Amino acid sequence: MTWAEFLPVIFMGLMGLSMFLYVVLDGFDLGVGMLLHRANDSQKDMMIASIGPFWDANETWLVLGVGILLIAFPKAHGVVMTALYLPIALMLIGLILRGVAFDFRVKAQDTHKPLWNRGFFIGSTVTSVAQGWMLGRFITGFAEGAVYDLFALAIAIALPCAYVLMGASWLVLKTDGELQRRAAQWGRTALIPVIIGMGLISLATPWVSSTVAERWFSLPQLIGLLPIPFATFACFVALWWTLSGTRALGTLCWLPFILTIGVFLMGGLGLAYSLYPYVVMDRITIWQAASSTAALNLILAGCAFTVPAILGYTLFAHRVFWGKATELRYG
Amino acid sequence: MDLDPVLLARIQFAANITFHILFPTITIALGWMLLFMRWRWLKTNQRPWLTAYRFWTKVFALTFALGVVSGITMSFQFGTNWPGFMEKVGNIAGPLLGFEVLTAFFLEATFLGVMLFGHGRVSERIHMLATFLVAFGTTMSAFWILVLNSWMQTPVGYEIIDGEFHVTSWLEIIFNPSFPWRFAHMLLASFLTMSFLVAGVSAWQVLRRKANPSSAVALRAALTLAALLIPVQIVVGDMHGLNTLQHQPQKIAAIEGVWETEKGAPLLLFALPNEAERRNDFAIGIPKMASFILTHEWDGELKGLNEFENHPPVKPLFFGFRIMVAVGTMMLLVSWVGCWILRRHGWQPERAPRWLIASIAGMTFSGWVATVAGWYVTEIGRQPWIVQGLIKTADVASSTPAPYIALTLAGYLITYAALIACYIGVLRYMAEKPSDTYDPAPTGGAAVLGGAQLARKAGEA
Repeated sequence: MTWAEFLPVIFMGLMGLSMFLYVVLDGFDLGVGMLLHRANDSQKDMMIASIGPFWDANETWLVLGVGILLIAFPKAHGVVMTALYLPIALMLIGLILRGVAFDFRVKAQDTHKPLWNRGFFIGSTVTSVAQGWMLGRFITGFAEGAVYDLFALAIAIALPCAYVLMGASWLVLKTDGELQRRAAQWGRTALIPVIIGMGLISLATPWVSSTVAERWFSLPQLIGLLPIPFATFACFVALWWTLSGTRALGTLCWLPFILTIGVFLMGGLGLAYSLYPYVVMDRITIWQAASSTAALNLILAGCAFTVPAILGYTLFAHRVFWGKATELRYG
Repeated sequence: MDLDPVLLARIQFAANITFHILFPTITIALGWMLLFMRWRWLKTNQRPWLTAYRFWTKVFALTFALGVVSGITMSFQFGTNWPGFMEKVGNIAGPLLGFEVLTAFFLEATFLGVMLFGHGRVSERIHMLATFLVAFGTTMSAFWILVLNSWMQTPVGYEIIDGEFHVTSWLEIIFNPSFPWRFAHMLLASFLTMSFLVAGVSAWQVLRRKANPSSAVALRAALTLAALLIPVQIVVGDMHGLNTLQHQPQKIAAIEGVWETEKGAPLLLFALPNEAERRNDFAIGIPKMASFILTHEWDGELKGLNEFENHPPVKPLFFGFRIMVAVGTMMLLVSWVGCWILRRHGWQPERAPRWLIASIAGMTFSGWVATVAGWYVTEIGRQPWIVQGLIKTADVASSTPAPYIALTLAGYLITYAALIACYIGVLRYMAEKPSDTYDPAPTGGAAVLGGAQLARKAGEA
C-alpha cells in the first residue's frame, strides 16, 4: 500500500476515533439528560453539575467527526448528508434545545426552571433518537424498503437506551448518596434493552447486508473475530453484577463507566470491521471519496500536533473537575 | 405554489448563519473584555471589577452556548444544503474548516469549562491562562472562517483540474486580497457590538434604578472603547470598500445603485432601486460624491451594473449598506456625546441626563443590526456565485425536494425566533437581578478560595 493509498485509511481511523469519543463523551451527557425527569429538584441540579464543565467540549467531537467526513471524504459527505437530511435536521434542533436549556435553566427566573428542565430532557431524547435512526440508515448504506426502516427504528430505540446506560454509569461515578443509588438502578434497568438491542443489531446486520455476512462468517476470520462478541458479553455480565445491590456505590464506582465504555468500544470495533473499506456501505470506498493527497497530507500534519494537544487538555479539564461533582458556581 | 429549492436552501442557510453570527460577534470581543476585567480586579483590587467580571461571565456562557449549537448546525448544513460545494472546493475549504475545529473550537470549548467553573480549583495564573485561551480560541475561529469566506469572495492560489480545485499556494489562499480588510472589519465589528452591549445593559440597569457598583465601571470601559474604535472602523470599512471596488466592482455598483457606467456618480442617500426597469425611483443624492469617495476624483468613472453579465440583486445591497452606515453613524454620535457628557459628570451615570442613559440603553443591540446588515451586503453581493466568478450557487445545491427544505426551514425559524426572544428576556432578567445573588459580599477577606478550603466547604455543606 503506498502512502497515498494509506492516507484515507488513517483518516477513516481518525474519523472513527472522533465518532467513538463523541458517542462516549456526549453519550453520558445525553443519557443524563434523558434521566433528568426521574430525579427530584436538588438531584437534577447535581446531575447537571456533573456534566456542566464538559458538555461544550464533548459536542465538539461530533463537529470533528463530521468535519473529517467533510474534509477527508468530501465526495461521500454530500451523499451522506443528503440521504440523512431529515434526521439530521431533527438532531440539530434537539442539540440546540439541549444546549441552550442547559444554560438558560440556571439563569432564567426560578418559575421557568421546570420548563427548561423539560427542554433539556426533550432535546436530549430527540438528539439520541435521531442519532440512532441515522446510524441505522447508515449501516445499511441507505437502502430503501420496509425491512430497512424497521432496522433503523430498532436502532433508534436501542441507541438512546445505550446512552441512558452511559449516563447512569457516569452518575454512579460522579455522585454519591441517594442519587448514586438510584443511578445504579437506572443503569440496570437500561441494561436489558441494551443487551437485546445489541444482540438484534449483531444478528440483523449480516442478515440485511450480504457484505457483512461474508466478512464475519467465513473462516478463518470468524475465529479471529470471536474475542469481540465474547468481550462484549463479559462486559455485560460484569455490568449486571456491579450494578446490582450496593457493589458499585463504594470504591468500585468507576467500574460501570469503564465497562460501558468497553461495550461501546466493542460495538465500534465490530462496526468498523463491517464497514471497512466503505464510507457509504457497498457504494463508495474511502479511496473513491478521499480528497487529494496534498490536502490530506496537510490536514494530517495539523492533526498530528493538535489531536494530542486536544486530548491532553481534555484530560486536564477532567482532572480539574476530578472526583465527585459539586455544586457549580461561576467564579 | 412552486417553491424554488435553491432559494429555499439559501434562505435556510442564511437564516442559520444570521442566527449564528449574532453570538460569536459578542463572544469574540467579550472574551477579551473579560480578560481585561479580570486583570483590572487583580491589579486594583477594586470590587466592582470582580462583580462586573462575574456578571459578564454568565452572559458569556449563555452567548457561547447559543454560538456553539448554531455553529454545529452550520457544520451540517454545508453538506445538507450545498453538497456540491465540498465536492468541488473540498481540497481548499476542507483544511481551512479543519484547522478551525482543531485549533480553535476545541480550545475554546474545553477551557470554557475551566474558566466558568474552575475558579478556586486551579491557581489564579492557570485560571487567567484559561480565560486568555478562550478569548484567543474565539479569535482564531474568526480567523479561519474569514479566510475561507474571503477566499470565496476573492479566490486565488488554486488550479482547476477536471472541475476540481487544487491548491497551488496556501499562503496566497490564506492572505487572499480581501482577507486582511474583512478580518479587521469583522473584529472591529465584534468589539463595537460587545461595547454597545456592555454599555447598553449597564445603562439599562441605571435607567431601571437597578444599578450595582459594577454598572458604572462597565459603562465607562465599554463606552470609552466604543468611542475609540468607531472612527477606526469607519476608516477600515472605507478601505474594505475600495478593496471591493478593485476585486468585485459589481458589488459596489449594486451598493451605490449605479445601473449604467457613469462619470461623477452621485452618492445616493435614498432611492428605490427598480430591478425590472433597471433604474432608481425617488433618488435623492449628493452630486459626484460617490465617484469622489470611491475614486478620489470628482469625475471618476464608476462601472455600472450594465457591464456585468451576472450581478447581485440590487435592493438588499442598496438598503443593507445604508442601514449599516446609518447605525455606524449613530454609534459614533452616541459614543462621543456619551463620553463627553459622562466625563463631565465624573462618570457617575446616575447624575448624567436621563435622555443620554436612555439613548445608550437603546443602542444595546445596535451592533447586531449593523453586523447582520453588513454581512448581507457582502454575501448577497457575491451572488449568483458561491465562489466569485467560478462556481454558481445553484450548481452546488442539494437535490433535496423543496417540501423537505420548507418543513425543516419552518422548524429552524421557530426555534431561532424563540431563542432570540429567550436570550434577550433572560439577559434583561439577569441585568435587573441584585448583584449579590451572583457576587456575594466577601466574608473573611479572601474572595478566592483555595482547593483545600473549597473541599472543606463542600464537606460542611
